[in-house]
Amino acid sequence: MSTNVEPSSTRDAPSGFAGGPGSGAAAAAGAAGDRLVAVASGRDVPSELHPEVREETPVLEIDRFNLWYGAKQALHGITMPIPNNKVTALIGPSGCGKSTLLRSVNRLNDLVQSVRITGDMRLNGDSIYDPRMDVIELRKRMGMVFQKPNPFPMSIYENVVYALRIDGETNRAVLDEVCELSLRGAALWDEVKDRLHDSALGLSGGQQQRLCIARAIAAEPEVLLLDEPCSALDPIATGKVEDLIQELRGRYSVLIVTHNMQQASRTSDYTAFMYLGRLIEYGPTTGIFTKPILRETEAYVTGRFG
Amino acid sequence: MSSEHPRPRRRSAHASLTAHGEPWVWLTGGALALSIAMITGLLLFIAARGAATFWPAPLELVEAAAGRRALGEVSAREAARGDAGGRRLLRIANFELTGNHFEWFDDGAISATSRPPWATAVERLEGGRFHGFPVRLLHGTEVVAEGPEATWAAFEREHGPVRRRWRETVRIDKHDRGRLQRELRAARLAVVQAGLDADDDAGRTPAVVAAEAAERETAGRVEAAVALLDERTAALRGQNAGWGLEMETAEGGRKVIPLEAIVRAWQPNRLSFTGKLGVYGSRWGEFLADDPREANSAGGVFPAIWGTVAMTLIMALLVAPFGVLAALYLREYAARGPVTTAVRIAINNLAGVPSIVYGAFGLGFFCYGLGAGIDELFFRASLVADKQPTFGTGGLLWASLTLALLTLPVVIVATEEALSAVPNSMREGSYACGAGKWQTIRRIVLPRALPGIMTGLILAMARGAGEVAPLMLVGVKKLAVDLPIDGTFPFVHPEREFMHLAYLIYDVGFQSPNSQAAQPMVFTITFLLVTIIVLLNVAAIWLRSRLQRRYVAQQF
Repeated sequence: MSTNVEPSSTRDAPSGFAGGPGSGAAAAAGAAGDRLVAVASGRDVPSELHPEVREETPVLEIDRFNLWYGAKQALHGITMPIPNNKVTALIGPSGCGKSTLLRSVNRLNDLVQSVRITGDMRLNGDSIYDPRMDVIELRKRMGMVFQKPNPFPMSIYENVVYALRIDGETNRAVLDEVCELSLRGAALWDEVKDRLHDSALGLSGGQQQRLCIARAIAAEPEVLLLDEPCSALDPIATGKVEDLIQELRGRYSVLIVTHNMQQASRTSDYTAFMYLGRLIEYGPTTGIFTKPILRETEAYVTGRFG
Repeated sequence: MSSEHPRPRRRSAHASLTAHGEPWVWLTGGALALSIAMITGLLLFIAARGAATFWPAPLELVEAAAGRRALGEVSAREAARGDAGGRRLLRIANFELTGNHFEWFDDGAISATSRPPWATAVERLEGGRFHGFPVRLLHGTEVVAEGPEATWAAFEREHGPVRRRWRETVRIDKHDRGRLQRELRAARLAVVQAGLDADDDAGRTPAVVAAEAAERETAGRVEAAVALLDERTAALRGQNAGWGLEMETAEGGRKVIPLEAIVRAWQPNRLSFTGKLGVYGSRWGEFLADDPREANSAGGVFPAIWGTVAMTLIMALLVAPFGVLAALYLREYAARGPVTTAVRIAINNLAGVPSIVYGAFGLGFFCYGLGAGIDELFFRASLVADKQPTFGTGGLLWASLTLALLTLPVVIVATEEALSAVPNSMREGSYACGAGKWQTIRRIVLPRALPGIMTGLILAMARGAGEVAPLMLVGVKKLAVDLPIDGTFPFVHPEREFMHLAYLIYDVGFQSPNSQAAQPMVFTITFLLVTIIVLLNVAAIWLRSRLQRRYVAQQF
């Protein structure tokens, strides 16, 4: 069976794939379902990139990136440009490598002993995996927010200006200004301005996560990486963080991993669908959610699998 | 699928009992209650025995068969058992007259007991206690007072000034003369050192000549100062000479006790409760603030308190950086692998090595190795002229280092636990902000782990403060009145030998010539040691809770 399927042919394929309820083996063997079956059996499939993503100016280019945890390959030949000053969402079922890809961008995976990579990423043209690249300098050019809020055990103020502190900034006026700007940027200023010097651990979960976003944008990052930032939050806090992402759009280049399809469709300009370590389809969010090229993508975004 | 056989009843009474868990609550709770009871019992026992030592017990006059009379405190009683009658142990004192400090009296042989009001217990500088009745107060050949009442009043009037003068002479002898002797020795050693520095064939170099001149100058100055001191002590001694308290024993013998040799005297049978409280307080005061006397079985333990606290604090200061840095490397930097595992196992095993092994190592390596090397390099003069090692023998520094080594595994293990309890998400958050490894450790990991590290230090201090065996090898002495930290330059003397409460317990309990009298002291010193360890721990816990408030105001 061919591993390279014509995009146009997928549109006419019978519905149902990958052994969905009521579908027989014959239906699953249809042209559309083959991609996921092929991926599952370890064969290479090309990614479908919509032409729009190639027209944007990229801030980050991921170039044939492979990653192994020990003997197990977690990412297979990912190639995708991340547009500048846009919000890009990574979606896909659990274990598909979204977070791994995100953590590869700021080389947090270096901390895992058994990780091996090939391929490269470029941040505004600078090779991220160049042996001469100073990983600490690299991380200073990015901000990251994690799944669980992880404020440091210090005051709100010190949390926000942490990136500046480690650079040795001691000018009080500069620190104060950055603190206020970042907290305003993270829509937290009004809630905490009277207790900046209280422990950050006294904030609610949603406030803590917005504090983490403030911390991440304090050093004016070139890319903001968000790793399922709302998965540990209740709906109201989630709404606030989503509003915040809307406000950041246009000012920062945001790469967000999410499990929540509605969230991806609400907040992002571009969406990439990943499956088992491979990029399946990548295009403008409206395109991905309303008229995807691949049936697999449609099946996933409409909730029929995954 | 339906089964033809009904399922068996699952719940038996036994199953429900174990499932509900009441027996386990009782088992675990009982174990805890038993542990608490044992620990409280131990503390209460020590506290009760230790606190009772200084209470002035009544003096009983016992008249036994054959006209034998004795005056003393009843320190033990045995009830009648079978055909053997009961008996009591009397602290009869007056060792130079009776040859015994204590004597057993059979209850059957006692014809009468009474508590005469004028019975007096006299605590002397040496020779133990004297029990008797005051007869006369003498000043030279002159009789100042006669009869118990007048004598006691005169004694109470005159004793204070005499003791003050005596204390002044002791202070001069110990402190001022000691300082002058040290100056003289330093000048003498400077001459020797100048000679050692010169080449063998150079003869008398200018440096030697200068040192000799300085020594002559110092000797002259010291001689003048000593003459002055002699004059003052002679005057003080002259004022004290001749004052004596004549006492009569129960048997009728008489004895004149020099007033300046009397530490204190009391008449327990006449004392009111507040009077007894006064004696009690004054004996505690002496115990806490004075030097020991009578082979450590009487007097105070101040040098031992000082030594214990100084050694424990220096040990904590030494072990904290080493232990924390080692644990940091193991947990944060070292790659996980067989070598790290082996090191970790070795550290845990080190915690199980008997402490005397550390003592032997400290003696061989620190005292005879490092210390001897330091002496060769910097203190040759003392070695050549006086055949006296400075650092090449036991001392405060070597004892603290040995105990630091002993408690190192405790600190490393506790620190590692504390470090591994810091969530990885915090480290990642810090790295993602562009922090380096060390910045992350210093700003995020260490503050977060600090309370746990402090807990390890507290455990180490508690262990170190109670250790005896290794200390006997590396610097603790039966008697070392010169404190390792005092007011003479350079103020800290890490090479000095010192006293330690835990060793003092052993010494007083087993090495004392008057063990019966020393026995209550053993409990008092134990009580004091436990109190000091508790105080040190409370201070450390207070510090920890302050740090906790500062770094971890609220948990998630």
